[in-house]
Amino acid sequence: MARYLLRRLVTLTITIVGIMVMTFFTSLVIPLDPLASLAGPQASPETVERLRTLYGFDQPLYVQFGRYVARLGRGDLGVSFQTSRPVLRDILTYFPATLELATFAILLGICVGIPLGVLSAVYRNRAIDQFCRLLSLVGVSTPVFWLGLVLMLVFYFKLGWLPEPGRLNIMLLEPTRITGVLLFDSAIAWDWDVFADALKHLVLPASVLGLVGVAGISRITRSSMLDVLSQEYVKTARIKGLSEFLVVTRHALRNALVPTVTVIGLTYGLLLEGSVLTETIFSWPGLGRYMANAFLTLDLNTIVGGTMFVALTFCLVNLIVDLAYAYLNPKITYTES
Amino acid sequence: MTPTTTTTTLDIGEAKRRRAEARWRYARDTCVLWRRNRLMVVGTAIIAGLLLVTAVAPLLATHSPYEQVLADRLLAPSGKYLFGTDGLGRDIYSRVVYGARITLTIALLVAAISAPIGVLVGILSGYLGGVVDEILMRLADVFLAFPRLILAIAFAAALGPGVENAIIAIAIALWPSYARLARAETLNVKNNDYIQAMRVLGAGKMRIMVGHIMPLTLSSIIVRMSLDMGTIILTAAGLGFLGLGAQPPMPEWGLMVSDGRQFLVDQWWVSTLPGVAILVVVMGFNLLGDGIRDVLDPRQRQA
Repeated sequence: MARYLLRRLVTLTITIVGIMVMTFFTSLVIPLDPLASLAGPQASPETVERLRTLYGFDQPLYVQFGRYVARLGRGDLGVSFQTSRPVLRDILTYFPATLELATFAILLGICVGIPLGVLSAVYRNRAIDQFCRLLSLVGVSTPVFWLGLVLMLVFYFKLGWLPEPGRLNIMLLEPTRITGVLLFDSAIAWDWDVFADALKHLVLPASVLGLVGVAGISRITRSSMLDVLSQEYVKTARIKGLSEFLVVTRHALRNALVPTVTVIGLTYGLLLEGSVLTETIFSWPGLGRYMANAFLTLDLNTIVGGTMFVALTFCLVNLIVDLAYAYLNPKITYTES
Repeated sequence: MTPTTTTTTLDIGEAKRRRAEARWRYARDTCVLWRRNRLMVVGTAIIAGLLLVTAVAPLLATHSPYEQVLADRLLAPSGKYLFGTDGLGRDIYSRVVYGARITLTIALLVAAISAPIGVLVGILSGYLGGVVDEILMRLADVFLAFPRLILAIAFAAALGPGVENAIIAIAIALWPSYARLARAETLNVKNNDYIQAMRVLGAGKMRIMVGHIMPLTLSSIIVRMSLDMGTIILTAAGLGFLGLGAQPPMPEWGLMVSDGRQFLVDQWWVSTLPGVAILVVVMGFNLLGDGIRDVLDPRQRQA
């Protein structure tokens, strides 16, 4: 395990250096001159020159890259051209909203996906199985931005069952910010009106985002359950006279969950970053929308810093998933080393 | 040693005949498997429909996809305008029909760019091994370290909005998965006897890689490509929706969904109908891809 961990950490370090180089060069090839947009159309050439020196754009490339790495080392991602605040502070402001949404969505994916996968493996080729397959097909084929609009049209505009886009009704006061996760902060502050409202606002975006999770999780649970159910030890358990319920939950499901855990982890990583479209639709003030705006306005520091942050989080989640998998399934360690 | 003697007594005509027979049997089995898989038939029908619509778009369209009739703004679906009209009085049905061309072009071009790059990198990496392998795979890791959509968005923003750049951006985000796959396939076959035999006969590295390893990687690459088609279309539509892909007035489906957002409440058809087109086509590709995977799977053929 230690050797495996070491190996993973070495490749991770190389990947992170690669990410730094890549984000740096991406920022160079962006065609628009960020200085021009920063200084505005009426700026005099002297102003542009001053800004160029101020932001260090006049230095040779390797110096710029060296500075870039040094800045990253200090956790300084530069100042966002859009908000004129440090990018890292912006990210930390917006990330909890994304975290809340993604966590809620993955919980939905787990709570619906695993039972659905188990049921469709146990009742193979029956109605529930067909439904499960249809659902996962629709889940991977639906454009999320379209689904978001349709659900909003039906449940907000037409039926009025669920609240408007956003995180909280504007009439309500946000609770004191402790973690930035509204459900948590409001619960701590004992403010149940805000809690309920925040929960209602979560339902639609989390369902849209969760559908992707449900599709993937039910699919993998189904196929690994089918694998496990045909194993000898399941037969043994049946012959022993255990009830079918016990056989399925105790003997089969536990073993079938190993690959499912991996998929859950990877999906969670994707949901954390893949919410650009969902957040845009639902005016969710999270990292995804912040990034989308940065890309549209070519806000250089935000693009570079945000992409770095996203890639690092994604790497971290992947590492945790790999370690969890190695822990749950010891065979992998030997084959890797 | 009977097999050897039988092969030597075969004349060329007989060998050709047997080969043709085997191919014929393979094709027949494929057809049987295809028909048995009803969902795949549906997928094939959808994609055949897409190809047909693409080919004869001008015949199917009832209006020009670009012509604006401002007097007919935001009309509900009717006999004259099958899917209604958008905010500029353009016929949505005709735009959806012409949009099929854009969608298909994007999907095919992305696959045509990313798969060859991936196959090339993967085979080089797997066959040469050592430093080359290490460098190429670490490079692929860097690309895989980003969520695909974020990477595509980043490149699309960096290259500037537009359909061509969206295609390049998605292809850049996609090649590493093909490289990984081609590498794994190469490692699988590179020490097999027939490859060794080629080496003993004096074939160069280039010749072995291109002539003997590449064909063996193709079937899994094709399966992956057909499974990826749906993702490519969704990504492209997402870029269009965000304003980083196709630009107005192009009848791109994602862009059309985005255009209709402002009319969502009172004129639902502007946004939702182009979205249905995306859903149907992506579903078609996914069904077809699943089916192709099953049909090419040797274990399924045995049964």
